[in-house]
Amino acid sequence: MTIQFNDESFRDDYTFHNSDWAIKRFPFPFHEDSYMYSVNMEQHRGGPEGSVYEMRFDVDEHYVSEMKDRAMVLDQDPLRCQSLPHMTLAGWDLLELIMVSKSEDYPELFELHRNGNQWRWINKPLGIDHSFTFMDETTLPYGPMEYITRQAQGDFAVLDQRDEMLWMDAGMVTTQADWSLDFDIGMNFFEWHAPVPKAHEMGIFQRALKFLLNIQQGAPARRLNWTMTVNPLLDTSPENYHKWGIQKTTLTPENIAHKQHLRVELQTFFRLPRSNALVFPIRCYLCSFQDLMTVPKWGRRLHRVIRDLPEELATYKGFIDNRPMMLDYLSQFDDGLPTSPGIWPDLETEPPLSK
Amino acid sequence: MSKFEFPKSIASRPVWGTLEVRPGEHHLMIAEAEGAEAILDIATPDLMAKTHLIYIPKGTDYVERLQALKPAQFYEGPSYEASLQRIRRVLEDAHMGLQVYLTGSESMMGQAMNEVMAVGLPHTAIQTEHRGSVARRMQCVHCKGITEDVEVDPFVCAHCGLNLFVRDHYSRRLAAYQGVRVDAEDHGNVPEPKGIYE
Repeated sequence: MTIQFNDESFRDDYTFHNSDWAIKRFPFPFHEDSYMYSVNMEQHRGGPEGSVYEMRFDVDEHYVSEMKDRAMVLDQDPLRCQSLPHMTLAGWDLLELIMVSKSEDYPELFELHRNGNQWRWINKPLGIDHSFTFMDETTLPYGPMEYITRQAQGDFAVLDQRDEMLWMDAGMVTTQADWSLDFDIGMNFFEWHAPVPKAHEMGIFQRALKFLLNIQQGAPARRLNWTMTVNPLLDTSPENYHKWGIQKTTLTPENIAHKQHLRVELQTFFRLPRSNALVFPIRCYLCSFQDLMTVPKWGRRLHRVIRDLPEELATYKGFIDNRPMMLDYLSQFDDGLPTSPGIWPDLETEPPLSK
Repeated sequence: MSKFEFPKSIASRPVWGTLEVRPGEHHLMIAEAEGAEAILDIATPDLMAKTHLIYIPKGTDYVERLQALKPAQFYEGPSYEASLQRIRRVLEDAHMGLQVYLTGSESMMGQAMNEVMAVGLPHTAIQTEHRGSVARRMQCVHCKGITEDVEVDPFVCAHCGLNLFVRDHYSRRLAAYQGVRVDAEDHGNVPEPKGIYE
């Protein structure tokens, strides 16, 4: 299909919106009526046609506007993109992975022409036609990781692997759920996850690390993660938390339907061939409560998940104060009927709301 | 007693050890304030004869006792910052096998550890022991400024003036804990500061 790119904002006047197409393909993160941490990894080898799982790097209607938002964040704070000196090779690996994947998966939008190390990259949505020499940094306007991730939705953590451990040694992080690359860069897997409650005691990170260390070239993996965001704000960074935190208090029963957003991360993991680094794209999808409620199954389920979520998790995810208001709203869409297993909307088979 | 038992915390928070004498031809000790006691605890004439001791008293009164240990080299610095160029110069000449002993505040140990690692010495050559002040070196996540000697939570960022709460999340690269605006969701509602471990 041809993607119509939205002209929209993720700040100030918040004109961000999802089309019906985007709502139906939203990666709803709950496969059952409750939620607890798990190492919910699966192979990233495509998925249903049109779903966010289908392509290696999903491109959707928000692409162009998200890239503009990223450029704004980087203008204000260049520390959101950093790479320790030994990570340049991994940056080239990433550039190759994204260019090859996008040109193969979206030939009408992206083209890559390679003649030895002489490469020509055409990015039609962003109006880029650039010839450069692969592995020669002087032929790019930025380092290779920054160059390509200014053209790819989602955050990117590039993890070095040594001593049976992963190290957060490079990244492009402008759409993060409240963690700081500048603070965390150089940390190991356990250190950068240290603030997450409960999961350490549950052995989640030990098992996840074991899985990730063994990811092979050509066999990427994926999982979903989620949180809540008031307003469709991409840049929920700790750096700017002193400015955006107050927005959480602007929620009212009148505006919650369009102001409160479920924020879902499609996390994928790819082994990079030359550096043996692991790239960890964290793609953020936002959907307002009112748009989610157009899918009866999701309405029923979201109410049950938020209602039964342990207090510690609601606190960590930053919505404990707003939870009662969320439940007042969401309960209108829960008629008590059972829900089908899995994350898909199942619009044809799930009954409409009977309330 | 200058030893403090830190409460169990998250995985990024450093855990400090207890100094012990290690074999080796060359020893570098960097001690701050009550860290002197950790040195006095392990000092032997043989060890000190092979030791360069850099000491930052910070208002304490241990200099004479340390000098009486007869270290091969002794330097008294008025502050860590003032001693830093000397520390770097000493590390420039460091050979593999140099044993490093760091003792004092978390701030000093964290920063000095980075200097030692920067010249390529393995982390296994570094021992640490916390003594004295439990104050923290804090980075403001908003303005990136470092505030030293933070004893209370919340505290005021010395650079941007925001009221920050003290997290246990720690960056070894910055040798600092993270400070985050405490009243971000309710401007002006700043809790009464209390000691970090109270």
